[in-house]
Amino acid sequence: MGIQAYLMLAAVVFCLGLFGTVTRRNTVGILLGIELMLNAVNINLVAFSRFRGVDTGMVFTLFAICITVAEVALGLAIVILLFRTRRSATADHIDWLKG
Amino acid sequence: MLEIAAFWTFAIILVGAGLAVVIGKNLFHSVLWLALALVATAGIFLTLDAEFIAAVQVLLYAGGVVTVVVFAIVVTERLVGERLSHTSRHLAAGLLVSGGLLVLLVRAIARAQVSLAKPALSGDLTRQIGTSLLTQFALPFELLAVLLLVGLLGASYFARPED
Repeated sequence: MGIQAYLMLAAVVFCLGLFGTVTRRNTVGILLGIELMLNAVNINLVAFSRFRGVDTGMVFTLFAICITVAEVALGLAIVILLFRTRRSATADHIDWLKG
Repeated sequence: MLEIAAFWTFAIILVGAGLAVVIGKNLFHSVLWLALALVATAGIFLTLDAEFIAAVQVLLYAGGVVTVVVFAIVVTERLVGERLSHTSRHLAAGLLVSGGLLVLLVRAIARAQVSLAKPALSGDLTRQIGTSLLTQFALPFELLAVLLLVGLLGASYFARPED
């Protein structure tokens, strides 16, 4: 397989994730869309790393995966906190900063 | 031949599962579809000879992240005592934004001058990753440990019991 097949696949997955992030009402649903986008970027990194014969991209992917785990844990902790105070996980209801 | 078949199988599973994640009506099912998408991504990594990354992907992403999300859904549903609503809005705008970006990306990729052939593997990739992780990238590697600790503390602070 050429690298273009991997790049196309990653582009499709990224756009699916973007669609989910833009259209979902629920904060957890938005988080799932972000996961898909991060996943697409990881495919690109590993593909470029393999096709260029340099392992830097794979090391970067490892870092990206670990940071995503921390991000998901914090994001879900914030969702649970929002639930306690607002009884809702809908992103449109989180408008405390509105003047 | 086997590699091409594996790539297309995993690619179709990945795109199908990704579609189910973003258009499904049940939040719980969406999370399970995401798990399938992440495992399919691990398969894509295998076709790129990155066995170690594939293993990390399955362990951390499909294992860890999905478990945490399922726990969060169960906990929040217990807090309100009803099913979480999982609907979409601004479908046309979302389709326009993501479809437009897809067209731009596909055009850019199709025009790009990139090498088509995979270079031969120079030794064990996992060994190379391990070596550069502990030599060239030793400082980011240690900083990652600090980041994970801070994330752990922050998450338990946010989700602490009410006083």
